[in-house]
Amino acid sequence: MSFEERRKSLKKIEFITFSIGAQDFCMDIILVREIRGWTKVTTLPHSPSDVLGVMNLRGAVVPIVDLSARLGLGRYEATDRDVIIITLIGDQTVGFVVTAVSDIVGLVHDDVQPMPNMGGGSENNFVKGIVTKNNKTLRVLDINNIAATMVEAREIA
Amino acid sequence: MTSLIELREIFFQECEEQLEDLTDGLNALDAAPEDVDPDQINGMFRAVHSIKGGAASFSLDAIAEFAHAYEAILDELRSGKLVITREILAVFYRAADHLADLISCGAAGTDPDPDALTRQISEIESLSETGFKPEQTDDFLAAFVPLAMGAEGPAPADVGMETPHFNITFTPTAELYANGHEPAHLFRELEAFGPLKVNVELDVNAAWDQSDPAVSWHLSLATDRPENEIREIFEFAEPYADFHILCSQRFNPVLPHPMAAADDMAAVETVADKDQLGSGEMENPTLIPPTRRKSTVRVDLDQVDELINLVGELVITQSVMSQSLTEHSGVVSRKVAATLDDFKSLTRTIQEGIMAIRAQSVKPLFQRMARIVRETAQVAGKEVRFNVEGEDTEVDRIMIERLVDPLTHILRNAVDHGVETGPHRVQVGKEEAGSITLSAAHRSGRVVIEVTDDGAGVRRDKVLASAIAKGLIPKTAQLSDGEIDRLLFMPGFSTVDAVTNLSGRGVGMDVVNSEIRRLGGRVAIISSPGKGTTISISLPLTLAVLDGMIVDVGDESMVVPISTIVETIRPDASQIHQIGPSSRMIAARDKMVPIIELGQVFGYEGGSAPPNGHILIVVEGEKGEHFALAVDQIRDQRQVVIKSLESNYGHVPFVAAATILGDGQIALIIDLDEITHGISSTTSASVTHKRAYA
Repeated sequence: MSFEERRKSLKKIEFITFSIGAQDFCMDIILVREIRGWTKVTTLPHSPSDVLGVMNLRGAVVPIVDLSARLGLGRYEATDRDVIIITLIGDQTVGFVVTAVSDIVGLVHDDVQPMPNMGGGSENNFVKGIVTKNNKTLRVLDINNIAATMVEAREIA
Repeated sequence: MTSLIELREIFFQECEEQLEDLTDGLNALDAAPEDVDPDQINGMFRAVHSIKGGAASFSLDAIAEFAHAYEAILDELRSGKLVITREILAVFYRAADHLADLISCGAAGTDPDPDALTRQISEIESLSETGFKPEQTDDFLAAFVPLAMGAEGPAPADVGMETPHFNITFTPTAELYANGHEPAHLFRELEAFGPLKVNVELDVNAAWDQSDPAVSWHLSLATDRPENEIREIFEFAEPYADFHILCSQRFNPVLPHPMAAADDMAAVETVADKDQLGSGEMENPTLIPPTRRKSTVRVDLDQVDELINLVGELVITQSVMSQSLTEHSGVVSRKVAATLDDFKSLTRTIQEGIMAIRAQSVKPLFQRMARIVRETAQVAGKEVRFNVEGEDTEVDRIMIERLVDPLTHILRNAVDHGVETGPHRVQVGKEEAGSITLSAAHRSGRVVIEVTDDGAGVRRDKVLASAIAKGLIPKTAQLSDGEIDRLLFMPGFSTVDAVTNLSGRGVGMDVVNSEIRRLGGRVAIISSPGKGTTISISLPLTLAVLDGMIVDVGDESMVVPISTIVETIRPDASQIHQIGPSSRMIAARDKMVPIIELGQVFGYEGGSAPPNGHILIVVEGEKGEHFALAVDQIRDQRQVVIKSLESNYGHVPFVAAATILGDGQIALIIDLDEITHGISSTTSASVTHKRAYA
């Protein structure tokens, strides 16, 4: 997929790093449209538990996903300091709630170590690899995989 | 310079308008064959002629050839050589359909069927031979040549002393060039008419910039062609130029010896004018006013949609702004309040204006339908008279596009199943020709489109038997007449034993129903045995906004479409009756209405609070049955802009769409059908509809 191809053809890819609770993550910055502060969302009835609801993004109705719940890290508790990362995946605009956005880092192919097989549940499919940098462990998120499960959830709903 | 492709595009768009004019004329002929306004026939002639001219200049030979044959016969009609009969009219209609086919072939860049072309041309030409002067055909062919744009004209006609003199002033605007016209080509064509002198005048006082060429030509032409032929050459350039023709007074409007005139075409035109149009209609060529259309611009539909979206945003932003101003500062100064009011009314006006751009008359749709009725009737071997009412009614453009399929189904059904065969009609004492009326009207903020036939009506015994045989309803079901009629809209229902290629695949009417409901509309059927059937479609005016009542359910705001609301009730405990463990009913106007807890439907509230403190909104469901929606509070009633949930998320159960409220928050618009559907399938034994989602 594009992740594999691109990291081979390009020297450095920029990643945005953010935290959920105590864990640090990063994702390809190409997918990120903007970063916003938390505003109240409108709950969608009968939606998957990790879809918090929808919010108004300059006139578009954008679903907001609880990334913490999606990754199996427990349900999100809203506070005003939280941040929403708005991404464009395919032709869908989706927002993810995270605790804080910290940095933009450039990574090359060799920085990313493949994810060791930990057994475990499906959450592991969402993490593509691990980067160790400045004493921090960054989990590289496979956003396309996360979005794919969202489409599934949609079809069930 | 505009590219040739764009010009071609414009040509095809114009063709559609011309075809509309043509069909208008045909309809007028159909309505009153004896008493036809000559203007109508002239209009038809002009329409076909313009198509021919455009087609020839784009080398669309099939269209040009066919339009030429058609034009020739229309000219005979215009000159009165041909007397209109029903048979001839039928040929005219077929020819118009064929012309439309050729044009759509041309637009798609595909080759038309040459056999059909030859057949249609000979059919038209055969009319001419039944006319008075068969040799006329040749004259028209000869006359065709100089009119074709870009074609080499014949040698200038022999010009005698009597030759009239035209002084033409032609001052083009920059747009002329932008649209790809070249004055030199026009002058060359003029030259084919006779000796031409061209003087160019450069306005030295005007600033020479790109916006305006500041050039004007003075042409002097000696020809015995009538003025309208000269105008025809400039027809396409005229909107972009200041254009005047002065005819020198020496010209005698009625040629003394028509047959002696050098040019065939001129002779024919003059004979036509003099003999047939009557003294009042005598067309002095120097006096013909140029046909003026209402000037319009063509805009890409996407641009209009973009504007509509932006205006929607503007309306939302405006209400967010006024709300936050009043909220935060408490008191707003009088000046600010007045400005806010102005701003509000301005945004409303802009919104209405933009919405009006989208609106389109249903006329092209109805004309398409007329064709479907004609073709279906022909295949079914029935004679059907098709009437149209209210074709100027304006509807959202998207709606018009999406009405094509449902209306086609309904009309085919009306011809195929509704109207009886001729002999059978005579037997039951009806006129031999069946009649189908398609009408459109604005009624209380909605558009109502009705298809009425005077056929046999719904044969209820057969419908019921068929539905039972197909296992759609239980054998013991007791259905009212209205319920039986509605069976027609059930998926998989068809009464005709043999599947015809017109209708009867059993997929028709339920598709109609779901498609119309998807447009926010309702379909109703009223039938009286032996007298006919009316299928009535009621649609919202636009798909972009909706009149909604904003209510609180739990912690959320939701929108109930006003069109479904019958009344609101603040009930007494005595009015509410518990039935079974969880159902409740309310006695409203002597009717028991089931109560639906919206909070429960959406899973917002855990328990079921007694509805005493609630407000009930009585709504009307798909089949006219009533339901009471229990909500916590009614907040507001306003027009809301519909936002899709599907584009970024997906379908949410019981929710039709979303909207953005004045405070910037999103509110969900409830899907009443989906909610009531669940209820009606459990509380009544009547038919349930399985809804298909887009």
